Amino acid sequence: MSQVSSENVVEIENLKMYFPITRGLLRRKVGDIKAVDDISFTIKKNETLGLVGESGCGKTTTGRCILRLYKPTSGRILFNGTDLSEMRENQLRSARSEMGAIFQDPYGSLNPRQVARTIVGMPLVIHGMQKKGEYGDRVEELFRIVGLDPSMMTRVPHEFSGGQRQRLGIARALACQPSLIICDEPVSALDVSIQAQIINLLEELQEKLGLTYLFIAHDLSVVQHISNRVAVMYLGRIIEIANSRELYENPLHPYTKALLSAIPVPNPLIEKKRTRTVLKGEVPSPAAPPPGCHFHPRCNIAIDQCKGEKPQLIDTGNGHMVACCRV
Amino acid sequence: MAPLLRVENLKTHFRTYRGLVKAVDGVSLDINEKEIIGLVGESGCGKSVTMLSILQLISSPPGEIVGGKVKFEGQDLLEYKSKSDAMNSIRGAKIAMIFQEPMTSLNPVLTIGRQMTESLEIHLHMSKQAAEERAVDLLHMVGIPDAKNRLGAYPHQFSGGMRQRVMIAIALSCNPKILIADEPTTAVDVTTQAQLLELMQDMVNRFNTSLVIVTHNLGVVARYAQRIYVMYSGRIIESGPANDIFLNPRHSYTIGLLKCVPQLGETRRERKLVPIKGLPPNLINMPATCAFLPRCEFATDECRNKPWPALAAVGDKHYAACYNIKPEMP
Repeated sequence: MSQVSSENVVEIENLKMYFPITRGLLRRKVGDIKAVDDISFTIKKNETLGLVGESGCGKTTTGRCILRLYKPTSGRILFNGTDLSEMRENQLRSARSEMGAIFQDPYGSLNPRQVARTIVGMPLVIHGMQKKGEYGDRVEELFRIVGLDPSMMTRVPHEFSGGQRQRLGIARALACQPSLIICDEPVSALDVSIQAQIINLLEELQEKLGLTYLFIAHDLSVVQHISNRVAVMYLGRIIEIANSRELYENPLHPYTKALLSAIPVPNPLIEKKRTRTVLKGEVPSPAAPPPGCHFHPRCNIAIDQCKGEKPQLIDTGNGHMVACCRV
Repeated sequence: MAPLLRVENLKTHFRTYRGLVKAVDGVSLDINEKEIIGLVGESGCGKSVTMLSILQLISSPPGEIVGGKVKFEGQDLLEYKSKSDAMNSIRGAKIAMIFQEPMTSLNPVLTIGRQMTESLEIHLHMSKQAAEERAVDLLHMVGIPDAKNRLGAYPHQFSGGMRQRVMIAIALSCNPKILIADEPTTAVDVTTQAQLLELMQDMVNRFNTSLVIVTHNLGVVARYAQRIYVMYSGRIIESGPANDIFLNPRHSYTIGLLKCVPQLGETRRERKLVPIKGLPPNLINMPATCAFLPRCEFATDECRNKPWPALAAVGDKHYAACYNIKPEMP
């Protein structure tokens, strides 16, 4: 896994991101939130890796670590072969121009006082690719690429609909011609009919521009549709990675099985026959995760060994990796 | 048998400074006893306003129920004033509602116990002690552990899923005839969504309550609903038994909705998603023609020249509002 290959755009090795819990006036540290706890994975060029899990499992933190918006507690983040984890801010800038990010909330992620043209063109100025006021042509091109009418360049975000705003966000992410785009729940805030438009746009752009995606979402059916491989996270750890078809047909981890069975299928005949594994209880707090396998208190096949031992991610063949001692 | 609740030609309009918004424009629907109904549509199509109008929870101004009837147990609820005793004795007691945001629909400065006993004391005239005992029972039923001690807890001490369980318990506390759940699971994770939906189904079966699930996700209602209403820009455009709506949809909007969601187990190499082109319409100054016309793939000259089509039978208890009804799917 740690072998460096020129094909891999991203290689994450033993990444840990702990946030301190402080208390009192002196902000004494009393513990850690282990948002990301020792995860490793790679994303190949032109690939889409899906990252799924419930809220609070650390999927967004992982994305932010790759963008180096957080400085990880430990571990290595190799982006096109260079390690970002120890880089200083001024060195990071050039690396970041090759990464784009699309965020969940198309309302909160666009400055309401900037016109669309500035929003999309600003990354070009920041990375020194264009001068202020001279990026009009490139912005116009970007508008066309994402399916927006260039005559809307002078409008402000509230004049766009939710789907159009998400297109603006995509145009901004594409501005500097990045090789990697971190898509953090890009469609969860959109209506279903608009969701499909954005998913199709992302797929077309990937084919046309040779992009690599890390696609973070909680909706497994969307993730599975867009991704080549899917990684499932639970409380800061990756518990299963497999190619998308394989994960659906042959899920190995009991949590993945439960996630799959919880997704509603819009067909009553199938739905009524499906047995649903309803998970008991709730996700425990990442400040005090259960010992051993984090999932054992909610697992229906847990044995005593699960309480003591942290299961390792083991390859079961064909790159299907799972962290469960009962498999 | 007459339905438990019959909404006839309901119209709720909002006067805004940009113009008149016909949020609900002639909606008719029936809710039978012990039935689970799905009301499906995208944001802004008027599904929530329809439900709020039934309970007269529309703030006026700007909103106004300008026409129609809401017949509940033979009585037109719209004849009552919103703040009248008669309406208050129905709202929360006979027709209860669960809202989307469990965060904002519980009062953050009152304990769970206080919020649970309030409706029991008001509607069922229970003593404080009896109400508390009933509250503990209810919390226990919706799966909140250690219910007795949790009565003193505040909403922020509960997780999102737990809060929605509390909302379900409050809504069912007066043993209502109808429970309206407005996007009850939009703010929670899929695993919690599955828990909550199973819970709601168990609870309405136990209490012999009818349930209306309002949602934008067709998948959510597939497992539970017996009948489905599909709404688009203020009107019902298709309704019928759940199996017909999902397996044999006849309105091009319903067909589009089903085709644009990714199916589990399908990757993009197997099937590209078919999005519905364009955007949902702006409800101000709507044209007289079919509101779906600009997005419809099958539109004909008839659609462009005639007013919005009325619902017409296309099968047994299956209705669609379209001039150009698609043939039955093979």
